[in-house]
Amino acid sequence: MELVISTELHDRLTHHLENTFPNEGGGFLVGHIKGDTRQVTEVHLVENTFASEEQFHRYLAEAGAFQRIEDEADARGLSLLGYFHSHPDHPAIPSEFDRTHAWPYFAYLIVSVRAGKRAESRLWELAANRESFIEGQLSFNQAVFEEKSNNGNH
Amino acid sequence: MATIKIPTPLRSYTGGNAEVNVSGTTVSAILSDLTTQFPDLRPHLYNGDELRNFVNIFIGDEDVRFRSGLDTEVEPGDKLRIIPSIAGGR
Repeated sequence: MELVISTELHDRLTHHLENTFPNEGGGFLVGHIKGDTRQVTEVHLVENTFASEEQFHRYLAEAGAFQRIEDEADARGLSLLGYFHSHPDHPAIPSEFDRTHAWPYFAYLIVSVRAGKRAESRLWELAANRESFIEGQLSFNQAVFEEKSNNGNH
Repeated sequence: MATIKIPTPLRSYTGGNAEVNVSGTTVSAILSDLTTQFPDLRPHLYNGDELRNFVNIFIGDEDVRFRSGLDTEVEPGDKLRIIPSIAGGR
């Protein structure tokens, strides 16, 4: 899987994750799919609703946020591509907690935030057998879906 | 017959369909029918025989956990929905 995101949208989500430090933060990625490539056109910042004393190492988006963002994407012919979350002072590598809670098909963008500053972003996808993650390619540009965008589809 | 909305991450297992017709008079029977129609869904909804705890089933706008869980009765024409809890952690 390749995830293409503009530097502006990546900056927006990582700035949010720096602001939630030392707790975890996250949100959803919306956009277009073409083959194995996903173009992010929107970033939705979503509050961490895990128990507050656990937020330093856990993130949870409440069901209502998923419902609202998926409905809005469906209605506009867009796709809910996946979600992002931070690993404060920890590598951008999926944990066992990430794996057991992961969904297939989704793009999992994990951002390592160290001492309050973004350090590394890496892209992952759950393997079909749910036993591991496969690393994808994170690309920064806006060119892939130019034609579709010009047709007013986002 | 009821309908169930499939969340985006699972639509590749339902032929790309966002909504599927399902039969059954309880939530449990509905999910059984769904996973019989689309067996590859099962490992993502169940851990063994137990529904995964990050799988939420709604009828309309109500989580069935606040009714009778998997025993909640389903009426013909009801609109069900699978809503994933999206969670992560280091």
